[in-house]
Order: sequence, then C-alpha cells, then structure tokens
Amino acid sequence: MSQYLILIYGDEASWDRTSPEFVEQLHKEHAAFLQANAGAVRAGEALHRTGTATSIRKDGGGVTVTDGPFAETKEALGGFYLVEAADLDEAIAVAQQVPAPFGGVEVRPIRAVDFD
Amino acid sequence: MTDDVTDAVAAEVAAAVADAHRHEWAFVLAATVRVTRDLDVAEECVQDAYAKALTTWADGGIPRRPGAWLTTTARNRALDAMRRDATLRRSLPLLLLDEESAMGATTWDDFVDDRLRLIFMCCHPALAEEARIALTLRLLCGLTTAEVARAFLVSEPTMAARITRAKKKIAAAGIPYQVPRAEELPARVEAVLTVVQLLFTTGHTAPAGDDLVRRDLVERALDLARMLRTLLPADPSVAGLLALILLTDARRDTRAAPDGRLLLLAEQDRTRWDRAAITEGIDLIREALARRHRPPGRYALMAAIAAVHAEAPSWDDTDWREVVALYDLLVRLWPSPVVALNRAVALGFAAGPADGLAALDALAAEPQLAGYGYLSAARADFLRRLGRTAEARTAYEEALLLTENSVERDFLAGRLRQLAG
Repeated sequence: MSQYLILIYGDEASWDRTSPEFVEQLHKEHAAFLQANAGAVRAGEALHRTGTATSIRKDGGGVTVTDGPFAETKEALGGFYLVEAADLDEAIAVAQQVPAPFGGVEVRPIRAVDFD
Repeated sequence: MTDDVTDAVAAEVAAAVADAHRHEWAFVLAATVRVTRDLDVAEECVQDAYAKALTTWADGGIPRRPGAWLTTTARNRALDAMRRDATLRRSLPLLLLDEESAMGATTWDDFVDDRLRLIFMCCHPALAEEARIALTLRLLCGLTTAEVARAFLVSEPTMAARITRAKKKIAAAGIPYQVPRAEELPARVEAVLTVVQLLFTTGHTAPAGDDLVRRDLVERALDLARMLRTLLPADPSVAGLLALILLTDARRDTRAAPDGRLLLLAEQDRTRWDRAAITEGIDLIREALARRHRPPGRYALMAAIAAVHAEAPSWDDTDWREVVALYDLLVRLWPSPVVALNRAVALGFAAGPADGLAALDALAAEPQLAGYGYLSAARADFLRRLGRTAEARTAYEEALLLTENSVERDFLAGRLRQLAG
C-alpha cells in the first residue's frame, strides 16, 4: 500500500458568496465522503484562508517572517486528506469523490523517507 | 560453407530478427516487465535478447516460435539481473501489479499476454500526452529514443529527458501495471485510442518537413491499432479507429504526384486506392456501427465518412449529402470546431460554395481555429470558386503563413499563382 495526499484547491473569493446552507451542505458531503472511504482515509483537515498564512524563510543567518502565503495563486490550498491506496488508480477513485466546489483536487504520492 | 551461403543465412536471420522486433517487441517486453517490475531493467534485458538472437539464430537456426525464444531469453536475463542486484532492487520503487504471477512459465502458451497492462500504463491519463506518445513508441513499438526524437522533431536529449521523467512518474506515483477496472475501461480505452490516432495523424500529414507522409509513424499506428483489435476484439471504438486508419491510409499511394505535389481527393487516381484495406475497413465499420453499439462512436463515424469517399467511383459521384449527414451526427455527439470546419467544407460541396463559406465564416470566432491553416485554405477555395479572387488571394496567403509542411505549402503557392494568371 502507498500513501497519497489529496490537496483540495479552490478559489477563495467564491467562499465570500456562499450561504450558510451551502456550507452546511458541503460539510454533509465531506462527512459522506469520510464515511464512504473510512478504510482509506488516514487524516484530513480544513485550512483557514491564505489571508491567515505566514511565510518563514531562512536566508544567510537570519529568518524572515512575512505575512501571506508562499505563492499568490487564484486557487489556494484549502484542505487535505491523507489516504492509503494500492496504486494511483485507487487514489484517483477516492480523490474523485472529494467535494471541491470552487476548484479541484491534486493527488500527490507520499515519498517514504528514511530519517535514520 | 561458402561466403555466399553465410551471407544468405545472415540476411535471413537479420530479417527474422527485424520481423520479431516489429511484431513481438511489446509481448516480449510486457512479459519481462512482469519479472523485473522495473521498466529500464526490462528494456535492457529485451534489447540483449534481440542482440543475442542475431548470433544464436545464425548458428543454431531460427526457432520455430521466435517470440517464445525471445521471451524466455529476456526473462532469464531478467531473473539473473534480479538475483545479482537483489540489494539494489529493494531500494527502487517497483511497478505495482496484482499477484497473478506467471513466473514459472516455460512454454509459449504459459506466458500471460501482458500487452494490455503495458498499453494502459503507457497511456495513463496521469501522464502528459506527449509522454504517453513517447512511451508508446518506445515500449510498445520498440523504437529507440533517437527514433522517437526524430519522429517528433525534438532533440534526442529532450526526448530522453521526457521518457525518463515519465518512467519516474509511473514508479513514484504508482501508476499500476494493470488493466483498469470495468467501470473505468471505456474512458481508459479512449485515452489509448487518442494516442494511436495522434500518431496516425502526425504520420499521415507530417506537421513540418519535406515529406507529406511519415510512413514509419503511419505503420506504427496501424500496428498498434491491429494489436488493440486483437486484445480488445469486442470493443467498437477499437474497431472504429482501425477502420478509420485503414480507410484513410488506403489512399496513401495517390496523395502526392510523382513530383511530390499534393493531390486533392478530387484529383486522386481512385483505381490505385488499396481495395483490400477499404474492404477490411468497411467490414469493421459495420461491426462498430451495429445497433447494439448506440450511440455510435466517434472513430466509427469518422471512418464512415472516409468510407463514403472510398466507395464513390469518382469525385463527382461523391454522396456529399451523406457526408454532411454523418458530420451532423459527429458534431452533435462530439462538438469540436475542427469537426465543424470539416462539416462546413462538405456542405460547400453538397449545397454550393456560398453555403459552405457562410458555414465557415460562422466559425471564424472560434479561438481553437485561430491560426489553423486549414480554415484559411478552405475559405480560400470557396472564395476562388465564387470568383471573389482578391479575397481568395488574401486567404491563400494567410494559409501559407500557417503551414510548415512544404508539400502543403507548394500546393497553396500553386493555387495563388493560378489566381494571378
């Protein structure tokens, strides 16, 4: 089995135009997704907007802390699921079910790194 | 043994190896990948097996089943390599395949035909289209990187990097060495057919260069379509694509004059069209358009259009209304500006150049057709037939700017000269 990270991207501006009913419905969809894929999902979280992001870079000897995300893009990372799957086809089959009303999802294989 | 006899044997062996290369490569490689679960190692072992065949067959005779001999030889090499590098192998990501292992296969009939797995892996939608095409030529047709690079007019290092990147993605992302599940199959077959059709169209009218046709690419596309037909005999879209390739390629000997000048469908010598290919194509269309396969597939409809031309005894006898009707169906099922353009051209012949021109001009705003040379060329032709010479000239000049195939350029330049004269 391999692990894959499903990254959920979406246009943040679209969220400003949503109703409470829409958000409630979306939560239900995520709950249904989780229930249907309980065997595969290892973790998953939603993120606050990129307006809350802080970037930290080390250059020379110093550390620079700045407001905002690493890269400004129209579609921003809004949440993720960590899933276990036999292969990419299985991961895609799970990823297809992830609600992503204002964008889409990206599947990235987790690279096993030996830290010893 | 005299030198003549030695030469004759060597030539016979070389021909047998070349034949096995063309017809058995995919099978041998697919069977070897099952052992190595690594594409590079498998390719090396298969290359070695073909090299060994040249000497072994010259000494001991050509085996009765060259494919079986090559498969056994390549797999034995692979098993040796695996044993030797057992530790190295553990550190590489291996291809993912379900355990339907045929490791113990000793006779030809025991080898599982893994070609479908190889095809679906090479044409996986998670790979970029250009990578799918490169992998298909390399792994299924056995072309060298240099040959693949030449086919797509890029440098060898560029192509080598493209192939390496694709192989890395297959291993790292876990693109499986498997035939997709039934519910995914139609879409995945479609992805495979797109690759084969792209190869064919690239070969049929080379986008650039001095030859109108890249015969090597056309032959490879035909080989691949036939292979798919063998492996997926019940699939109507496979039958449709094979029919389309056969019917289009049936005109191969008549598309250019002896001096290399492009000949239009209207000017081609229809007695020299390949009748065997046409008959085979039409039989395949009948099967693909059978009632149980409704709605009809895209390739089958395109093949049916080619069949209308193939069956018309002359240009003037072409059933243009039938062609337009088929295009209408095609546009409805697979809306695309290029199909709409072809429909407009057919309409110009069915109903006259004024109607054709109106249909073309309705497409002028299509962003996908901006910079598409055939749109300008088709407009130019209708304008010429309507006697609107000045406008026709502008359109031909536009078309000339947009094509890089020198045979097509000569044709357009010739038309321009006729207008001037």
